[in-house]
Amino acid sequence: MYALYDFINFHFIPGLVLGSIYALGAIGVTLTFGILRFANFAHGESMTLGAYIAWTLITLTGWHPIAVLPLAMLITAVVAVGIDRGFYKPFRAAPTIMLVIASFGMMLMVRSAIQFSWGVQLKSLQSGIQQPLILFDAIRISPKHVVIVGAALALMVIIHLILSRTKMGKAMRAMSDSPELAKLTGIDTEQVIRNTWIIGGALAAAAGVLLAYDTHVETMMGFQVLLPVFAAAILGGIGKPYGAMIGGLIIGLAEELATYPWIGDTPLVSPGYKAGVAFVLMIGILLWRPSGIMRGRTF
Amino acid sequence: MSRVLELDAVSGGYGDTEILHGINMHVEAGEIVVVIGPNGAGKSTAMKAVFGLLNLTAGSVRLDGVDITNTPPSDVVKQGVCYVPQTNNIFANLSVEENLEMGAFVRNDDYRPQLEKIYQMFPPLREKRQQAAGDLSGGQRQMVAMGKALMLEPKILLLDEPTAGLSPKYRGEIFSTVRTINAAGVPILMVEQNAKQALGIADRGYVLVDGSNSVMGTGQDLLNNPNVGELFLGGGRA
Ligand SMILES: Nc1ncnc2c1ncn2[C@@H]1O[C@H](COP(=O)(O)OP(=O)(O)OP(=O)(O)O)[C@@H](O)[C@H]1O
Ligand SMILES: [Mg+2]
Repeated sequence: MYALYDFINFHFIPGLVLGSIYALGAIGVTLTFGILRFANFAHGESMTLGAYIAWTLITLTGWHPIAVLPLAMLITAVVAVGIDRGFYKPFRAAPTIMLVIASFGMMLMVRSAIQFSWGVQLKSLQSGIQQPLILFDAIRISPKHVVIVGAALALMVIIHLILSRTKMGKAMRAMSDSPELAKLTGIDTEQVIRNTWIIGGALAAAAGVLLAYDTHVETMMGFQVLLPVFAAAILGGIGKPYGAMIGGLIIGLAEELATYPWIGDTPLVSPGYKAGVAFVLMIGILLWRPSGIMRGRTF
Repeated sequence: MSRVLELDAVSGGYGDTEILHGINMHVEAGEIVVVIGPNGAGKSTAMKAVFGLLNLTAGSVRLDGVDITNTPPSDVVKQGVCYVPQTNNIFANLSVEENLEMGAFVRNDDYRPQLEKIYQMFPPLREKRQQAAGDLSGGQRQMVAMGKALMLEPKILLLDEPTAGLSPKYRGEIFSTVRTINAAGVPILMVEQNAKQALGIADRGYVLVDGSNSVMGTGQDLLNNPNVGELFLGGGRA
C-alpha cells in the first residue's frame, strides 16, 4: 500500500504536472509546424522569455504567478509576432530548411538577450513553502501542482474551443491541412500565420511560467525542455494540436514513471537520466510510427 | 451575350518554361464551356492562369470586362471566381460542414441560406456534415469540393476534371450536378477527360494541344468533328 502512495506522490503527480507543461509547449510547436512547415527551435526561448516577463511583473506588482500569467502570455505573443515579421517573413517563399536555421539563430539571439537583460542567476516566482493538501492520510498534493494542472487544462479547453468553434481556428486547421488550397479558398494566410504565432507564443509563455512556478526561472529552462516538447509533438502527430496535448502528457508521465522502482528497489532509470527517456521515446516513434498517434505529417 | 471571362492571347508557364503559347478562350453568361486535350496539354495550367497562380508573360485575363491579369488568388476569389483544382481540393481533416464554411471565408454576411441550398443540392453532404471530409467516397469528396466553391455564390466556376477517377455512376451524377449548378445561373469552365459526356452537356468546347488552341466550336460541332473524334472520343481513353 505504501508503495502505491509513493507512486502517486513522487511519480504520477509530478508526471501529470510535467506532462501538462510539455503539452502546452507542444501545441505551439505542432501548430507552427503544421502551418509554416518548419521545426521552430526558438520555441523553448519563448517559454524562457515568458517566465522572465512573469518574474518582472511579479517583482513590480507582488501578484501571484497565475495573476500575471495572462499579461506575460500577451507580451510574449507580441514578441513572437514581431520576430515573425522581422526574421521569418522574408523567408516565407524560401525552402523551409532556411527557416529552421533562422529559428536556430533566433534561439541563440533570444537567449543571449535574456541573459543580457536579466542576468544568469536563478530566480523564483514565489518564495516560502506551501503546506501540501493531504488526501486519504497519504496522498500529498502540493497546491501549486493543482494550480499548474488546472491552468494548463483550462488553456487546453480554450484552445480546443478556438480551433473547433471560431472561423479563425478553423482557418488555421484548414491551412495546416493544405496551405495551397487555403490560398485558393481566399483564406487570409498572413492573418492565419499571425494568429499561429500569437497562440504558439502565448502557450509557450504559459508553459514557461508554469514550469518556473514549479521549479525556478533560469535562462536555459526553455532549451532544456525543447527535446521533450518536440518528442511530444512528434508522438501526437505533427500538425495535430490534440495529439500534442496527449503526447505531452504521455512524455511527462513517462519521464517521471521511468524513475519508479518497477523492478527491485532501485529506480528503473536513474533520475539523472530522466531527460533521456523523451529522447528514446522520440527515436522509437520516428522509427515505428513516424505519423504519431493522430496520424500527422511525416518528414 | 456578355463575356464573363476572357483569356486573350495568354502566354506563361512555370519558371522559365513557357507552357501556354498565346491561348484564347472565353465564357459567356450562362454557358458551360468544356476544355479537352491530351495529358500535359496545359489545360490545368490555363485554369491556373485565370486564378493568378501563374506568371503570365503576355496576354490578359478579363472578368466581366475588368482586367484581372496576375491578380493574386485571394483577390480573384473575392471578385467571385471559384476554382476547384484537379487534386487536393478539400480539407481532408476538416468536417464536411467546416469545408463548406471555409468556402465562405471571404463572405462577411450570413452564409447559412447558401449552406442550406448546397445541402439541398447534395443531400449526402447534409447526412455526413460532421464527418471528416477525407473519409468520404471519391464522388462525395467531389461534391464537397464543388459545394465549397459554391458557398461564395460565384460569378463563374472553374472545374478541373471533376470526374477524374470516378465510377461511371458517380460521373453521371457529377455531370448532372454541373448542369444543375449552371441552370441556377452560374457559368462554368470545365476541363474534362471524359470528353464525350462533357461535350454532351457543353454549350461550347475548346481543344488545347501543346499549350495552343487547336479546335473550338459548339459541343455538338466538336462531337461530330472527325479529328476530335479520332483524338479524344475513341475507346482509347477512359
Ligand atoms: N507546378 C508545375 N511546375 C512545373 N511544371 C509544371 C507544373 N505543373 C504542370 N507542369 C507542366 O506543364 C505542362 C502542362 O501541365 P498541365 O497540368 O497544365 O496539363 P494538363 O493538360 O492539365 O494535363 P492532365 O490531363 O494530365 O491533367 C506539363 O508538361 C507539366 O509537366
Ligand atoms: Mg490537368
